[in-house]
Amino acid sequence: MSQDGEQQSLVEIRGLRFVRGTRAIFDGLDIDIARGKVTAIMGPSGTGKTTLLKLIGGQLRPTAGTVTVDGQNVHRLRRGGLYSLRKRMGMLFQSGALLTDLSVYDNVAFPLREHTDLPEVMVRDLVLMKLQAVGLRGARDLMPSELSGGMARRIALARAIALDPMMIMYDEPFTGLDPISKAAIVELIDTLNEALGLTSIVVSHDVQETAAISDYIYVLAEGKVVGQGTPDELRASPSEWVRQFMQGLPDGPVPYHYPATDYAEDLLAGNG
Amino acid sequence: MNALARLGRTGLAFFERLGRGHVFLAQMLYGLPSMLLRPRLVVQQIYSVGVLSLLIIAVSGLFVGMVLGLQGYNTLSDFGAAESLGVMVALTLVRELGPVVAALLYGGRAGSALTAEIGLMKATEQLSGMEMMAVDPVRRVIVPRFLAGMIVMPLLAAIFSAIGVYGGYFVGVGLLGVDEGAFWSQMQANVDLHEDILNGVIKSVVFGVVVTWIAVFEGYDCVPTSEGVSRATTRTVVHSALAVLGLDFVLTALMFGDV
Repeated sequence: MSQDGEQQSLVEIRGLRFVRGTRAIFDGLDIDIARGKVTAIMGPSGTGKTTLLKLIGGQLRPTAGTVTVDGQNVHRLRRGGLYSLRKRMGMLFQSGALLTDLSVYDNVAFPLREHTDLPEVMVRDLVLMKLQAVGLRGARDLMPSELSGGMARRIALARAIALDPMMIMYDEPFTGLDPISKAAIVELIDTLNEALGLTSIVVSHDVQETAAISDYIYVLAEGKVVGQGTPDELRASPSEWVRQFMQGLPDGPVPYHYPATDYAEDLLAGNG
Repeated sequence: MNALARLGRTGLAFFERLGRGHVFLAQMLYGLPSMLLRPRLVVQQIYSVGVLSLLIIAVSGLFVGMVLGLQGYNTLSDFGAAESLGVMVALTLVRELGPVVAALLYGGRAGSALTAEIGLMKATEQLSGMEMMAVDPVRRVIVPRFLAGMIVMPLLAAIFSAIGVYGGYFVGVGLLGVDEGAFWSQMQANVDLHEDILNGVIKSVVFGVVVTWIAVFEGYDCVPTSEGVSRATTRTVVHSALAVLGLDFVLTALMFGDV
C-alpha cells in the first residue's frame, strides 16, 4: 500500500493446481493482480472462476501452487493470520449473501460490530456513509427479502467496504440484473476502485460490462490462462478462441455441441 | 466385486461423516467459552428453540399425563392399589417419558428448524460470506444454537413432566375418584430427588446435547441445494429420534439397571 509497493502486484498466483474429484479445475495457473487496478478474470461458465476467488480468500486449499496476497502466502497462514487478512479483503457474492434475519442496516453494521468496539453512534455514521456510497441510504430499514437482486448486490457491496478493505473480489457482479441495475453496478465498481484506492478483481463472463471497466483481463479456459492483456489487446488477439469469446460467437474453436458420439449412430442405437 | 466395492465405499463414507461430526462437536465445545462474552446471541436462540417449543411440549405433556392416569388407574385398581396412581404417573414421567418424549418433540419441532435454517444459510452462501468477513460461522451461528439446546432441553422436559403430572391428577382424582391426599402424599414419599429426578435431568441434558448436535451438524454439513436441505432435515428427525431412544436404553440400564 505504500508508494514503493505500488509496482508490486497485490495478488500473485503461481503454478496453481486445484483438483475436484478426478477433474483438474486449474492446472498451472499464473496470475498477477496489480495494485490499485481493476483486473478481470473471464471465461466460459464452469471454468471455476468462483473457485479461484475462494482459493484467493483461503476458503479452499489448492492441490499445488501458491497464492500470495499482500506478501502473505494465504494457505500457509494460521487461522488468526488468515482472519486478519480477510478483514482487509471484501468479497461480493453473486447472491449477495446478505444475512436474511437482519435488516439492511444491521447487515452493513455486521462486520463493524463483529470486529470493532465502536460506539453505536459511530457505527450508525459509518453505515449511513457506506449506504450513501451505494445510493441506498433510504433502504436501511428494509429486510433482505424485500430487496431486488440489484439492490441486494449493492447492499452487499456496502457491507464489503464497511471495514475499508484493500481489495474487493466481485463474483459475477453483473449476472441476472436488469440493464439499469447493471449499469449502476458497473459505475460503482469503477468509482469505488478510484475513490477508495482499492484493488478490484472482477470475475465475470459479461464481456461488454467487464471490458468497459477493467484495466487488465485474464481469459481462462480448461484450467489455464488462454489470453491476457488490456481489453483492446484482447479484442485484437491473434488467438481465434479468445476472439470467439470476446465477440460472443456461438461456434468457433469452442464447439457448439457438447462432445458426443456420432449423431446418426446415436439415433439408430435407440432402435435396439 | 462391484457389490463389495459399493459396500466398502458406503462404509468409508459413513465413517468419514462420523469423523467429521465429531470434529465438529469438538469445534463447538471449543467455542463454548466465547459465548460468555456474547450472552445475547444465546438468549435469542433460547427463545427460538425453547420458548417457541413450549406450546407443543405443554399440550403433549398434558395428554400423555391424562393417558397415564387412565391406563394406570385401570391396571392399579385391579390390584386395589389405585392410591398409588400418583407415584406411577410421576415416576413414569420423571424417569422416562418426560425426557424421552420431550426430546422427540424437540427434535421434530426445533431440531428440524435448526437444520433447515443452517442448511439454507449455507445454500445462500451466508455462512461462506461470514467466513470472508473474517467471522467464524461456527462461533457466530452454530455455538449459540448448540448451547441454547443444551440449556433448553432439561427445562422443556421438566415442564413436560410437571404438566403431565397435572394431567394424571385431572383424570385420576378429578374424573376417576382417586383420593387426592393419597395421590400427592404417595408421590411425595416415593419420588426420590436424587434417584429419580436427577437421573431424569441427566437424561434430558444428554438428549439435548445429542439432538442439537445432530441438528446443527446436519445443517452445516448438508448439500447446499433445496434437495440437500430437505434430506438433511429428514435425517435430523430420524437420526435424533433413533439416538434418543437408543441412548435412553443405555442410560436407563446404567442408572436403574441394578434396582
